[in-house]
Amino acid sequence: MARLITRRNFLTGTALAASGIVLSGCDVFDFLGERENAMRQFMLKANGLTMRAQRALLSPDRLATEFTEADIRQPMRPNGVTRPDDIDYQTLASNGFADFRLEVTGLVDRPLSLDLEAIRAMPARTQITRHDCVEGWSCIAKWTGVPLQAILDSAGVRPQARYVVFHCMDTIERSLSGEVKYYESIDMIDARHPQTILAYGMNDMALPIENGAPLRVRVERQLGYKMAKYVRGIEVVESLAGFGAGQGGYWEDRGYEWYAGI
Amino acid sequence: MRMADILERQSGDGRQTAPARPLVHRQSAWTRATHWIWAACLFFLLLSGLQIFNAHPALYLGDQSGFQFDNSVLRIGARNDGGTIIGVTTVLGRSFETTGILGASGPDGQLQNRAFPAWATIPSYQDLATGRVVHFFFAWILAGTLLVWLMASVINGHFRRDIVPTPSDLKALPRDVADHARLRFHHRRSYNPLQKLSYAVVLLVLLPLMIATGLAMSPGMNAVTPWLPELFGGRQSARTLHFVIMVLLVLFFVVHIVMVLAAGPINELRSMITGWGRIDPDDGKDR
Repeated sequence: MARLITRRNFLTGTALAASGIVLSGCDVFDFLGERENAMRQFMLKANGLTMRAQRALLSPDRLATEFTEADIRQPMRPNGVTRPDDIDYQTLASNGFADFRLEVTGLVDRPLSLDLEAIRAMPARTQITRHDCVEGWSCIAKWTGVPLQAILDSAGVRPQARYVVFHCMDTIERSLSGEVKYYESIDMIDARHPQTILAYGMNDMALPIENGAPLRVRVERQLGYKMAKYVRGIEVVESLAGFGAGQGGYWEDRGYEWYAGI
Repeated sequence: MRMADILERQSGDGRQTAPARPLVHRQSAWTRATHWIWAACLFFLLLSGLQIFNAHPALYLGDQSGFQFDNSVLRIGARNDGGTIIGVTTVLGRSFETTGILGASGPDGQLQNRAFPAWATIPSYQDLATGRVVHFFFAWILAGTLLVWLMASVINGHFRRDIVPTPSDLKALPRDVADHARLRFHHRRSYNPLQKLSYAVVLLVLLPLMIATGLAMSPGMNAVTPWLPELFGGRQSARTLHFVIMVLLVLFFVVHIVMVLAAGPINELRSMITGWGRIDPDDGKDR
């Protein structure tokens, strides 16, 4: 029995020592937060693997789950910028976005400038979907809008086009280096997906300002930060270099993955 | 009877003189390699997972998070009480003050409003993007290693011999539980029934469920397998289950370490590193 007790003392000591290392040791891995760190860069390859795996499993037309009216149990939770303080935006909002124009530019045969009436006159799609935020929460809402595909088709996308960049009206960050406006991008697979719409209606109302009026993107097979609000322009491009820090979006420039399917 | 056992018997009572406990090859290279890879994976997955949890420290049941209705089962937050912050953890409607660990933590006088404390997250500061990079990297390695282990273990017999409990294991289970409760451990060539059962639960139930509930949270995978989040009762239920399994895995880890220490850490570590370990001299009859 004496042996057992000494052994137990020994193991208590060892456990305390081990937990001490764990308790004090966690800023040891803070270097992984440095964006240029080689180990982080290596780990990021896993996200490329995730994208390739999901794209291999996901046929282009496969739909995200659609829910029923009964699943809409609360207003859509607003997130990010909910009331842009940009003068240009407030001027547009003050007369119900009557002077709003959506500019479609870049690698297209016919650049477009569409007002809301023209957009609402296009074929519409309504879907009740679950919005999944990168933070972890989810919210179900009904979205009505024009399929992005319809807009791209009427503009005529050139063959070398690879991405669609969404330019937004809201300033999300003000720093010494200037104002940063939100932007996002998706590739042509998601741009041509049937559920990818430019929504102007939400839960049978006009899209509220806090949820991105007058137009916001819905990309239902990815996380919420891909779904830019306050969209003023669509630019069809071959490369994402030259926009922001070149990572394809406001949050992507701050370390989040461009492919947000997980 | 093995040669070592015979020599042991001939040299007299092995227990009271220095016992010549035979050295046997207990763990294959596959088992050892996958074991240590999992150990590293689970460490990083836990700490990066808590980082991700901190971005929205509440758990719900169903498809969505209730903001205008209440379907939360866990919420870790803080309230301001006359200039001092107090960590509050609410589990199934019951609130507890958890200042220092949950909800509010940090050095004295500089308490921060954060769900899990800095020492439990990677990075130590709030950085969801990095938490996700680390989490998904190790998630791929964990899943890949599990697959490799499963195939290797089926082929080399580890699965049938050491993991799946046999009828005689189940019959011996009550005695084994009693022995463990009395801290009386046997060092046999094969795993004891409780050991088999706990490894089977962790490797065949908890880890696959962890991967499945993780995938059930992915909007991309939801389009591939819409039945997956439904199976768990909705995306937010899957997220809750992911958290609960994390707690179970942490409990397993604690028990696992205690058992290793109680069973003789040097011998246990040796067999998990080199594959060779000493077993009780009278193991012959147990096989």
